[in-house]
Amino acid sequence: MTHGGATAGDAPGPATAGLVRIVDRRADPPGRGAVNRERFIRRFKDDIKRAADEEFGKRSIKDVGRGGRISIPGRGLAEPRLTHDDESGSRDFVLPGNRDYVPGDNIVRPRGGEDDGADGDAAGTGEGTDSFAFALSREEFLALFFDDLELPNLERTRFGEMSMERMRRGGYSREGLPANLLPGMTVRMGIARRIALRGALAERIEELEQECAGAENAARAELLEQIEALRRRREHLPYLEDVDRRYRSRVPTAAPATRAVMLCLMDVSGSMDERKKDLGKRFFALLYLFLERKYGHVDVIFVRHTETAEEVDEQRFFHDPQTGGTLVQPALALAYQIIQARFAGPDWNVYVAQASDGDCTGEDGRQSAAFLAQQLLPLVRYFAYIDIPSSGGWFSRASDLWQSYDAVEGRAFARRTVRDRSDIWPVFRELFARKQAA
Amino acid sequence: MMATTPPDIDAHRPWPKLLTRATVPMPRPGLPRRAEPIATGTEWTLGTLEKFDRAIAAHAGRLGLDTYPVQYELITASQMLDLCSTVGMPIHYPHWSFGKQLLSQEHGYRKGMTGLAYEIVINTNPAIAYLMETNTLALQVLVMAHAGYGHNAFFKTNYLFRQFTQADAILDYLQFARSFIQDCEMQYGWREVESVLDCCHALATYGVDRYRRPARLSVKRERARLNERLKFTEKHYNADFAHLHMHERDEPEPEAVSAFEPQENLLYFIEKSAPRLQPWQRELVRIVRKVSQYFYPQRLTKVANEGAATFWHYTLLNELYDAGEVDDGFMLEWIGNHGDVVAQPPFDARGYHGLNPYALGFSIFRDIRRICDVPTDEDRQWFPGLAGSPWQDAIQFAMTNFKDDSLIEQYLSPKVIRDMRLFMMHDGEDDRAHYNVRAIHNESGYMTVRQGLAAQYRSEAYIPTIVVARSGDDAERALLLQHRVESGRMLDAKSTETVLGYVKQLWKFDVVLEEIDADGTRLKIHRT
Repeated sequence: MTHGGATAGDAPGPATAGLVRIVDRRADPPGRGAVNRERFIRRFKDDIKRAADEEFGKRSIKDVGRGGRISIPGRGLAEPRLTHDDESGSRDFVLPGNRDYVPGDNIVRPRGGEDDGADGDAAGTGEGTDSFAFALSREEFLALFFDDLELPNLERTRFGEMSMERMRRGGYSREGLPANLLPGMTVRMGIARRIALRGALAERIEELEQECAGAENAARAELLEQIEALRRRREHLPYLEDVDRRYRSRVPTAAPATRAVMLCLMDVSGSMDERKKDLGKRFFALLYLFLERKYGHVDVIFVRHTETAEEVDEQRFFHDPQTGGTLVQPALALAYQIIQARFAGPDWNVYVAQASDGDCTGEDGRQSAAFLAQQLLPLVRYFAYIDIPSSGGWFSRASDLWQSYDAVEGRAFARRTVRDRSDIWPVFRELFARKQAA
Repeated sequence: MMATTPPDIDAHRPWPKLLTRATVPMPRPGLPRRAEPIATGTEWTLGTLEKFDRAIAAHAGRLGLDTYPVQYELITASQMLDLCSTVGMPIHYPHWSFGKQLLSQEHGYRKGMTGLAYEIVINTNPAIAYLMETNTLALQVLVMAHAGYGHNAFFKTNYLFRQFTQADAILDYLQFARSFIQDCEMQYGWREVESVLDCCHALATYGVDRYRRPARLSVKRERARLNERLKFTEKHYNADFAHLHMHERDEPEPEAVSAFEPQENLLYFIEKSAPRLQPWQRELVRIVRKVSQYFYPQRLTKVANEGAATFWHYTLLNELYDAGEVDDGFMLEWIGNHGDVVAQPPFDARGYHGLNPYALGFSIFRDIRRICDVPTDEDRQWFPGLAGSPWQDAIQFAMTNFKDDSLIEQYLSPKVIRDMRLFMMHDGEDDRAHYNVRAIHNESGYMTVRQGLAAQYRSEAYIPTIVVARSGDDAERALLLQHRVESGRMLDAKSTETVLGYVKQLWKFDVVLEEIDADGTRLKIHRT
């Protein structure tokens, strides 16, 4: 270990001339800079958060968790020093690279900006009004993104483990299909068997020979015959026997399903304004981050609906304005079709998140609830519905869809109401903590 | 390759006959050369670096370079970024301004806008020089010669460093400072600590003793002193009567107005006399002051220090080449980097950021050697003592006894002025719309340019001179600062206001800054 900055005081080891000390510090833990970095972020948190929020609006859900470039206004960043006022008094200064000036020439004084006549020390002391750009790491970005939401301490246990049966290699077996025979292993077992038997036979022969030495003729002939038989047997041990055969063995083991898909369902009818969409987006992003942590890779499908449902890309999902009425059932039906067509099977973890302001007709609500309970829920790991009511009225009545969903029961179903950005994380935690209890 | 060539007529002209002068580096003729270079190509191992260090050390020893022992530390690019952000020190107390530095450098580096510093060397004993793992062999050797021998020798010989810094104590002191500041943060909250540090940083340039040799840094003594002081003052601390306790341990001097001597170490004064600072806040002031004091000689010797280091890497690497220890590819590579380092864009170019200390210093030191080796008549006239003397001694003398302004005043030769095409402009009150060219690189201008440039490197030229003139002699307990105005140059009103705000935060009572001219007439007054 090459540690400790302690170098002070002592001369280097033996005072041999030309003794070089090259210490490899590349493996030292990084992060001395991290302290100062964190201090900087702490100090300019408000500015940085504003910038991070803007950045969030521009990003796709999949990129939310990545680090990235942030630019904050330069005010407040300057470290002031006392300086001279260059508009007062007189001064002389020397510059390099004269072209054709001769003594007595007058040169128009540059105005504004950095006075290039000043000596180099003047630079950087002025008020920095330009913006200051730098890169944030993934963790820093997430910390800011979830700042209102209290940064979630993402834990695996929040989700119940979904497991599926997988056949895994599990040692060797004596029985099996010919295709699984392991020739090398089998021959090795044969060699071992022959060595063992030969040793045992040799011992037996030795014993008999000793007996033979002190025996009478008749017994002696019999013994010699036995010895001879053993010798023959020893010479002709079979090269392979059935007991030597070894096969690859496969045992069923429980493995977590590794592939995950997340379906985002959102009502984009006229009543869903930007604020609601932003809340929806935050919820989806949060879910995405959780799932990504867990599964590594998560497919995301966007289904938007008005009276009709369609699968769209993310850009259109969040930003393409649509108007129209609201029918929820077609969206659920489309989700069902998509799952059946592309994500069926035991190794897909299907998560559905639905965001809506809850406006729907009574008939549609009933149909949706029934469809959800009977068709969709059995297919998915989890169905989360968040209700984003209009911020208007002071009294809040449960929305139509919410009331309809009263009918839905099931471990995999959860719903919550979100009114504000700060609601999202608690709601999220609640949604998934329930799983743990279940 | 040259080693096997027998000396013949071409020994005096080692380059092809068609060329009248070397366009690529050529070894000096007539020297014994190694048959094989120590290493070729761009790859290196610790073993090759050690061999190179031994070779450089041999040449340096032969040329009479006096250095501390060197310790090289191999680091990664991100570690280099960390180092750069804390002014090159491997240990430093935490502060947001270092984080700002780090973020902007990292961003620039990632975007490819800025390269990384090649070399960082720490003035300790043994000197620590950093080698970045991504550098090629030629660059590593360049850094070894530049930092490990050039800077190192300058640190060891220059009078300012000898007088003002204790090479062996700084890292320990910074360690102490860091843990102290962290303790303070735990105890008093980071906001409090940060605001005090911000104030001190703004005044860091006024925290040095310019003429007095500072007391030796000793962590042991520092700790003992601190314990005693904190114990005493915390026991007795009372915000309202704090100023009465101030001098109990010092010799009880009556603070008569007439006896007050102007003080230029503002931070020292604040540490000792600010009426309402908490003991730990005084300690913070002291830490910033001590660190600033450590860097004081470096501020004064940018040109001399970088010039000497650049001169020495140039000389030592050429020596390696002359001895056949490196090959031509090696030379071409580092000379490319060297050229970038000593480039001086003209004043009207886009990339002009003031005079490049590397370029200026290197030119001066190279010219000292030239004057010694092949003096012209002009040199004999300007440098009668230097022309024809042994260059090693001359360089050694220049490294030992000068700082930037005096080095320029003594050694800036007409040839360097001509080569860099230096000229002097005047910005006067009579004509604010124009700059007036006062002198250029001609016979009548050399002396003016030389003195003008030297004056430009005096710290008064870029750091306004502030002294503490009076304090606490009235019920208001105001602090009176004075700025001695020279040639009419007043303080910038905006930055002054901010900085006075910081002083007030430390002093806790009103702060007044008056600007006075040479006769003592008050020109302007700033109040908080």
